[in-house]
Amino acid sequence: MRLLRCGQDSLLVELDSLEQVGALHTALVAARLPDLVELVPAARTVLVSARPGSTGLAAARAVIESADLSRPPDRSPRTIRLPIRYDGPDLDLVAETAGLTVDEVVELHSGAEYTVAFCGFAPGFGYLTGLPEPLRQPRLARPRERVPAGSVGVAGEFTGAYPRASPGGWRLIGRTTAILFDPRRTEPALLAPGDLVHFEVAR
Amino acid sequence: MSRSCTIVRTGPQALVQDRGRPGHAHLGVPPSGALDQPALALANRLVGNEESAAGIEALLGGLVLRADCSCTVAVTGPAVPVTVDGHRVDSHTPVHLGAGQVLALGSPQGGIRCYVALSGGVDVPEHLGSRSTDVLSGIGPNPLRANDSLALGAPAGLPSGVDVLAASALPGELVVPLLLGPREDWFDADSLARLNGARWTVSERSNRIGLRLEGEPLRRVPARERLELPSEGVVTGAVQVPANGLPVLFLADHPVTGGYPVVGVVAPNSLPRLGQAGPGAALRFGTAQMV
Repeated sequence: MRLLRCGQDSLLVELDSLEQVGALHTALVAARLPDLVELVPAARTVLVSARPGSTGLAAARAVIESADLSRPPDRSPRTIRLPIRYDGPDLDLVAETAGLTVDEVVELHSGAEYTVAFCGFAPGFGYLTGLPEPLRQPRLARPRERVPAGSVGVAGEFTGAYPRASPGGWRLIGRTTAILFDPRRTEPALLAPGDLVHFEVAR
Repeated sequence: MSRSCTIVRTGPQALVQDRGRPGHAHLGVPPSGALDQPALALANRLVGNEESAAGIEALLGGLVLRADCSCTVAVTGPAVPVTVDGHRVDSHTPVHLGAGQVLALGSPQGGIRCYVALSGGVDVPEHLGSRSTDVLSGIGPNPLRANDSLALGAPAGLPSGVDVLAASALPGELVVPLLLGPREDWFDADSLARLNGARWTVSERSNRIGLRLEGEPLRRVPARERLELPSEGVVTGAVQVPANGLPVLFLADHPVTGGYPVVGVVAPNSLPRLGQAGPGAALRFGTAQMV
């Protein structure tokens, strides 16, 4: 674990794995420190931002230094089910790369349990871990200029769904009808870090 | 009776802004909010609003609006010619508009963003606790357009009775304190030395997401030249350096995570001035005075 300074009011904690990120993020959320403005988990880091002029960073530091990163976080996560149709434009490419049939890809992707490791890229875009090994594949060599909202893709160790139309380089395998982000809802983002996610084939 | 004003013309860009929606970065939501927070807060105080009320951020002037009810307005930020029904009035002071009167902003000098507060505040629906338009992710109201009607809240306080307030003005060259990190070790010693004092020019491709800076590119240490950084959280004021070596200084609508190394973060109290820096503005970072 490395602590990196990030301006006057923030600290970037660098960790060795996504599991450690999850453990530290959970510990910091559980500590309910009053002066923290943002807690942003990412692939290998947790960004901690405190209210300017407060003692929030010092309090966070105490939690960070005493957190047990080897233990999976003790929590009872929400489970979110995302209906999906596996008809993405890169489904054949993903199957070919994995050396599987399309049906086997569908079975693998829909059979796994995923965890929202972190969000980013766009509001409501969750990076989901738990992707079966054969589906861990590189991004497209040429990103698409427009990926339709709801598209479900894979890239590296992650799978995820695009909350709205945007450019994107993930290999697209399907599409969900779930509304991943709506700023008018009480809870605008459907997915938050720590949530469990299942893809369910829509009939 | 409902209170409102009508946008007659917008100039290059006019947005509803307040103090933004910090606290949602873990959901992928940028903080947003007025780039020159003290200017918006001053405008709000002048018309008797809470500082948290929403106003209009007008880029490069040109905003024209008509009051549909009796209201008090104030224009702050850089010096800017202001008229009511064609008659010159002062900026940085409360001005009363009767129903039907038209307020117009000319071109600002010494900055690029003017703020217009109206008594009662702009009363559009809040999204995640803020009325701000976020140009990166599309949260909040659409950018204002001619003929838009903007609802105003009920006036809460009395206009402030100050005598004379000076307009803010940028110096010919901005000098901004920069705290190195978190990823200064990605850059070679010569680049880090140059970063203290080298002159950058604000590119015309800059916006509320960030200031793109032009100058001599920063170089990475050889061992990291082709490395990719796993995406990590970034803060407002972060100076991110993409592969081409030309820094991007993140402003309020910045993406909440980024995959390029952040060499340093500017002092928070320089953010309002940076929000006033237009294309061609000169900028230097000072890394020495903050250890």
